[in-house]
Amino acid sequence: MKVLMFGWEYPPLITGGLGTACYGLSQSLSRLVEKVTFVLPRIKGTVDGGILDIVDASDFELPPGRESYDEQVEVVTIQSRLRPYLTHDEYQRELGKAIKTRQTKRRESGGLSFSGDYDDDLQREVYRYAEVAGDIARLDDYDVIHAHDWMTFPAGIKAKQILKKPLVVHVHALEYDRAGDSVHQGIVEIEKQGMQQADKVIAVSERTRDLIVRKYGIDASKVEIIHNGVLPLLNHHQKRRAKPFDEKLVVFLGRVTMQKGPEFFLEAAYQVYRKMKNVRFVMAGHGDLLPSMIMKMAQMKLTDRFHFTGFVGEEKRNQLLSMADLFVLTSISEPFGITPLEALQHDVPVIVSKQSGVAEVLRHTIKVDFWDVRKISDAIINILQSEALTKQLVEGGRLDLEAISWEKGAQKVVNLYREIV
Amino acid sequence: MVAVSFYFQVHQPYRLHRGFDFFAIGSGRNYEDDQQNQDILRKVAEKCYLPTNELMKKLIKRYGSDFRVAYCISGTALDQFKTHAPEVITSFQELAETGCVEFLAESYYHSLAFLFSKTEFVKQVQQHKKLIKDLFGKTPKVFRYTELIYNNDLAAQVESMGFKGILAEGVERYLDWRSPNYVYQPVNCDKIALLLKNYRLSDDIAFRFSNQGWSEWPLTAEKYASWLHRLEKDADVINLFMDYETFGEHQWSDSGIFAFLEHLPEQILSNKNFAFKTPSEVIRSCKPVGRVDVPEFTSWADTERDTSAWLGNHIQDAAAHQLYAMEKKVLSTKDEGLIEAWRKLQSSDHFYYMCIKWLSDGEVHRYFNPYHTPYEAFICFSNAMNELDRAIDKYLSLRKADATEQKRKRRRKKEVAVGSRNIAAVPAPPLSASSLDK
Repeated sequence: MKVLMFGWEYPPLITGGLGTACYGLSQSLSRLVEKVTFVLPRIKGTVDGGILDIVDASDFELPPGRESYDEQVEVVTIQSRLRPYLTHDEYQRELGKAIKTRQTKRRESGGLSFSGDYDDDLQREVYRYAEVAGDIARLDDYDVIHAHDWMTFPAGIKAKQILKKPLVVHVHALEYDRAGDSVHQGIVEIEKQGMQQADKVIAVSERTRDLIVRKYGIDASKVEIIHNGVLPLLNHHQKRRAKPFDEKLVVFLGRVTMQKGPEFFLEAAYQVYRKMKNVRFVMAGHGDLLPSMIMKMAQMKLTDRFHFTGFVGEEKRNQLLSMADLFVLTSISEPFGITPLEALQHDVPVIVSKQSGVAEVLRHTIKVDFWDVRKISDAIINILQSEALTKQLVEGGRLDLEAISWEKGAQKVVNLYREIV
Repeated sequence: MVAVSFYFQVHQPYRLHRGFDFFAIGSGRNYEDDQQNQDILRKVAEKCYLPTNELMKKLIKRYGSDFRVAYCISGTALDQFKTHAPEVITSFQELAETGCVEFLAESYYHSLAFLFSKTEFVKQVQQHKKLIKDLFGKTPKVFRYTELIYNNDLAAQVESMGFKGILAEGVERYLDWRSPNYVYQPVNCDKIALLLKNYRLSDDIAFRFSNQGWSEWPLTAEKYASWLHRLEKDADVINLFMDYETFGEHQWSDSGIFAFLEHLPEQILSNKNFAFKTPSEVIRSCKPVGRVDVPEFTSWADTERDTSAWLGNHIQDAAAHQLYAMEKKVLSTKDEGLIEAWRKLQSSDHFYYMCIKWLSDGEVHRYFNPYHTPYEAFICFSNAMNELDRAIDKYLSLRKADATEQKRKRRRKKEVAVGSRNIAAVPAPPLSASSLDK
């Protein structure tokens, strides 16, 4: 069986959980099928750290064209301005910047005026990706097409029309997760189209399936839940590392956006610090709420105990988790949420919001409502102050981890392919 | 007779390393960006300090004692010259030897200490005074604070420290109808004189000189001198205060700034009623014409001309609050290295980088800001400060452990001494079962 996959991001170029999930799935899948081709937009030069721009651009170097990062999965890149986690507004802003740079460059190199290389509409960009994707589909005789999230759905549909082969759309996140109730109707429409045209829909959690059925009117029997897995720690990733300070370290790791509920983590930190001093907090990640989080933290006068890192790459991510004493996920709406699993791999106990898909697969973990700052801070204090509880949670977490793997997830995906091929 | 009084500010902070992130806290790594500091010092030395000093020497030679200027050089700048560009110090020393140059006092670290700790402020001023005396052979008599920050309290404090004069911005909201072109006295002082910057004429050189959109561009020495001469009947002194980096760094050499400076004395002195004087000479020759009441802080920064470039938003306030809260602890170490590190973090520049007033002054802030955003500046500063805080704690706990160890040793010595006496007096008791249990 040959699988044609459309995605947004792939290691080493990842900005969030989607890339990790795509990597984990395609790696495991490639051992079960004949071939997996992974198509992604080439995003060189378009990635930046957002408002807190402390990311070294060289971290994002990716050569153009065809590039294989591993033996099993063929990775094909397409020139495009698409980025994961881009909202419509952000896209417009990015586009403005791009046009400006472009104009300056042209003017410097001989006074030509801007000719409009970039489409001014995100949807059109998505369809442009679909056009190119159609050509790629002709490269091989694929048996099934698998598209990850809305930006690739039109590409998936296009490939389906050309190849006349079944389409699976994989929902890692929905516009309702990202934007709350102020959704962009155009994006919702693309999501809906994709799921309607698909032969099967994969949802990463029960809560995602509920949303798909409830908000998009998709037939529940068409939607399969396949939870994400987690790849084992690599050899060079130490499980535990000594901290350079004595205080307990509590970690938030994720994009600093509304969806992730960073302000609830900050509020909880404030409450905890009023009760116990032997603690430090880290908010690792970047996003549009970062400036306001920094301001708020300063206002709370937590500067000697609360730290920001901006975007963290894979290495620092592992370093952070290996030093952490507790991991907190405060997402308002998290379709899955892979980071708590990574924390558990480092023997770090976790607190997860009930509004996350990962809560469905974690039995031995403290679950809280994202808005319940009192409960969150209470749980933080209890875990940090009780060695017994910490030990219990870590051991329980190990049991949960054993039950979760990409091998199992990939096998479920293959079974799903067999149903429709 | 109208005095023209030039004072130039020379300052360089110790910039922090942008790569010093959370993960570096506790590593003991250097959080200063030595390479960047060296590069900037070298660059500015070559573009500004050395050529401008040469020109000043030339002018002093040409006009004898008729051409006079004043400098205020921060301790952090002088220390960095020593390391990265010692020829700049030599060059200033040569200027000092001409006798036509006055050196002013400030806080060694170009800090905001007066706003947080008066005792710390006094120490930094004394430290700077001593450095200037050591390097240039003269004890400063006139004071000017970081970026011309000033208010009544500061004037009184500086007067009590024996200074004869203090410099400030000529801010309309306190001058009202009065002109900055006279010598004044602070409302609450009897001895110290107040010299006010004529900011329009100063900024014509410092900010507008190469601005081609300015209606007076290009500015010639002749035109500029004619503006000064117009004040002949309305001024005792025209105080032209600016950053020394104006020459060759803020205003590039190809803007003609050096030619302008070279021709300026000739043009100004062409009117026999005009003379160059240093601040001390101005104070000696001009009587105060009135008292000025400045209850709130003023400065030469931004259009607000207050302290809002450094303090006022949450990140600036929180950073400053934490830094100055460390005073007692860091001083208790009595460790010169730690105390100096703490003081270097007090340079006002670190707080300037955290400014979020992006409106009219945004451009200036961006120009002087090595960081992409004020938030990044805050994070970097906060990491450095927390690293220092940790180092201080570590030092103190080691010292405490050391002291306990010493104490224990002393006690043991004593016990042994006491014990041996006892042994001499009475035979040791046989080991009992109960003592073995312990």
